[in-house]
Amino acid sequence: MNSAVLPQRIRTRLRRRHAAEKRFRCYGVVALCFALAFLFVLLATIIINGAGVLIHKRMLFEVVVSEHHGDRYGAMIKDSWKAQFPEVTERRQRRALYGLISRDAEFLLRERLADVPVPDNGIVVLSVPFSSDAGEFLETDPDKRDSFSKRLSTEQRGWLERIEAGGKVETVFNSDFFLNADSREPEVAGILGALIGSMLTMCVTFLFSFPVGVMAAVYLEEFAAKGRLFRFIEVNINNLAAVPSIVFGLLGLAVFIGLFGVPRSTPLVGGLVLGLMTLPTIIIATRAALQAVPSSLRYAALALGATPMQAVLHQGLPSAMPGIFTGAIIGMAQALGETAPLLMIGMVAFVADIPDGFTSASTALPVQVFLWADSPERGFVEKTSAAILVLLAFLAVMNSAAIYLRKKFELKW
Amino acid sequence: MNMQATMSLRRGGVSLRRVIEGTLKAFFFLSASVCVLATFGIFFSIIFEALRFFQQVSPVAFFFGLEWSPQTAIRTDQVGQSGSFGLVPVLAGTLLITSIAIAIAAPIGLLIAIYMSEYAAPKTRNLTKPLIEMLAGIPTVVYGFFAALTLAPIVRDVGRYFEFEIASESALAAGLVMGVMIIPFVSSLCDDVIRAVPLSLREGSYGLGATQSETITLTLLPAALPGIASALLLALSRAIGETMIVVMAAGLAANLTLNPFDAVTTVTVQIVSLLVGDHEFDSTKTLSAFALALTLFMITLLLNVVALRIVHKYRQRYE
Repeated sequence: MNSAVLPQRIRTRLRRRHAAEKRFRCYGVVALCFALAFLFVLLATIIINGAGVLIHKRMLFEVVVSEHHGDRYGAMIKDSWKAQFPEVTERRQRRALYGLISRDAEFLLRERLADVPVPDNGIVVLSVPFSSDAGEFLETDPDKRDSFSKRLSTEQRGWLERIEAGGKVETVFNSDFFLNADSREPEVAGILGALIGSMLTMCVTFLFSFPVGVMAAVYLEEFAAKGRLFRFIEVNINNLAAVPSIVFGLLGLAVFIGLFGVPRSTPLVGGLVLGLMTLPTIIIATRAALQAVPSSLRYAALALGATPMQAVLHQGLPSAMPGIFTGAIIGMAQALGETAPLLMIGMVAFVADIPDGFTSASTALPVQVFLWADSPERGFVEKTSAAILVLLAFLAVMNSAAIYLRKKFELKW
Repeated sequence: MNMQATMSLRRGGVSLRRVIEGTLKAFFFLSASVCVLATFGIFFSIIFEALRFFQQVSPVAFFFGLEWSPQTAIRTDQVGQSGSFGLVPVLAGTLLITSIAIAIAAPIGLLIAIYMSEYAAPKTRNLTKPLIEMLAGIPTVVYGFFAALTLAPIVRDVGRYFEFEIASESALAAGLVMGVMIIPFVSSLCDDVIRAVPLSLREGSYGLGATQSETITLTLLPAALPGIASALLLALSRAIGETMIVVMAAGLAANLTLNPFDAVTTVTVQIVSLLVGDHEFDSTKTLSAFALALTLFMITLLLNVVALRIVHKYRQRYE
């Protein structure tokens, strides 16, 4: 159509309509960009805050093991540390000095002496972490160290710089973070306890929700009469999927702990609660996967004389397995990130040991994130971000496994 | 005779198989009833404790009380620890934060859904859709950490720049982050709803000379309105039940206010603060958490039932 023949009135109107079209499209782009920008900022903040945890500063520390201290390792550490600063005499100064090395040093010394006999000269070289503030100070660029004026005194900063100039400070991979359990001292607090706790919890979750979920789905798909009972169970599953997670925690508290006497704060009760939460996801995924199996397969099995049960167990379920696993992994990933119900059943206690079984007190990764985020010490901010990164890495692996399975599954039929 | 032996053997085999299959089927049925048991378990465990609470505090005082301070006073002259259990300020706080969240998530989620289903090239969609889904996969404790440590200070600083006092645990920061958290939820539900609108409606609109945006706003959205409404209700229900973001970023004190720059508390925050840590199981304080949970359970259940009803009705109209 030639626009010249259109009356002016229509042409202006058309221009306005096309402008409106463009505007509308822009809104969509802006909304999308907002969401993506938020995602980007969120991830970037956490990576920037958390990446620093990979390396940390330690001090090569010569400890004099003297007989008269017996097994008072703390005193040995303090004496050897003090000996390096002869000018320190006042009690206040000494305390400031001791505050620079980690309180964990005496345990490191005890472990070392248990493993290796003391050399003849009585000097043991130990790699000791600094206290949180001191470590952060040393990791900071020398030009920007003035910002520490509130957290470390001028004297303390001078001592640290002297140690640094003496070449006693080494920069190493922070294996403590990956090999330690939680601690009150941020510089030695690690993720391993929470990680093991999460894995034990996930084991229970899987062992409970996978068989129960798959069997329930098979019942609903293949054997249930599609009557009132069927509808009732279906409604219940949908409701269960919509119940806020914290309410599941209350169920765990009142029923599992209160009624059945399952021990509090353990992976066992945590896994059961999360298993109940995961159940609807697995059931819905399994039903969808079973429905997607071509009915020709089942008819062929039935025609060859298989009972309905055999048809399901030998043909239906194996063909649906990729779909079922996809759903199960997605459900488990959700459960892994879930925090609120675990708070209710006492998995927030401070646990300094690595859990060694389903009934030993433990925390889980997301709960550890919560606990550290709540701690007032500055050193925990970095730890929190790093713990989040570990959690996100696990979720990413699980979700990519699910996507991989789904892709494979799609090719099949 | 030989034949008879085979027959009896087969009969034995058949009956054994029948026993096994019968047992298996019973197990399958039991598994399916676990879901029903769980629902009942949740309902009865909550209601049982809530009833014990209502023996000590009257339901009228709970549902209509204007003051919430569950700590009981040790001395009589203590201020703000009167042991009063009034739901209203807690519920108001929940609604304030969720309204902010919905005010963010509804337009943005809907616009994303429209853009994804109507405008985006397949390449863009394949690239951005997993990213949006990533937002849904991030654990809520991570959002809470972000809200408390990054966003709340920014919000406070922005307020200070305009010489405006914003609480460091403001409802705004928590609501904002919660809004972003439910964006993918809204957008994926709305995406499905918009795609389900019959092609004939769309083509009819184009045939009459409407532009794409006119088709969307005048034809698709009205047709998809019930579905969108139910998506928003589901999002609302999820926002109300959300715990970690508000536990980490919202306050503990129950202020009865509509000001988004003030600190408010929510139902879930109160449940957590009442039940975490050591507590005797019988005190009014502990039991009040179950009354709160009952309220929460009922609200989310109601929202879900209404949402599913709407979807059900809507489906019938086109099929």
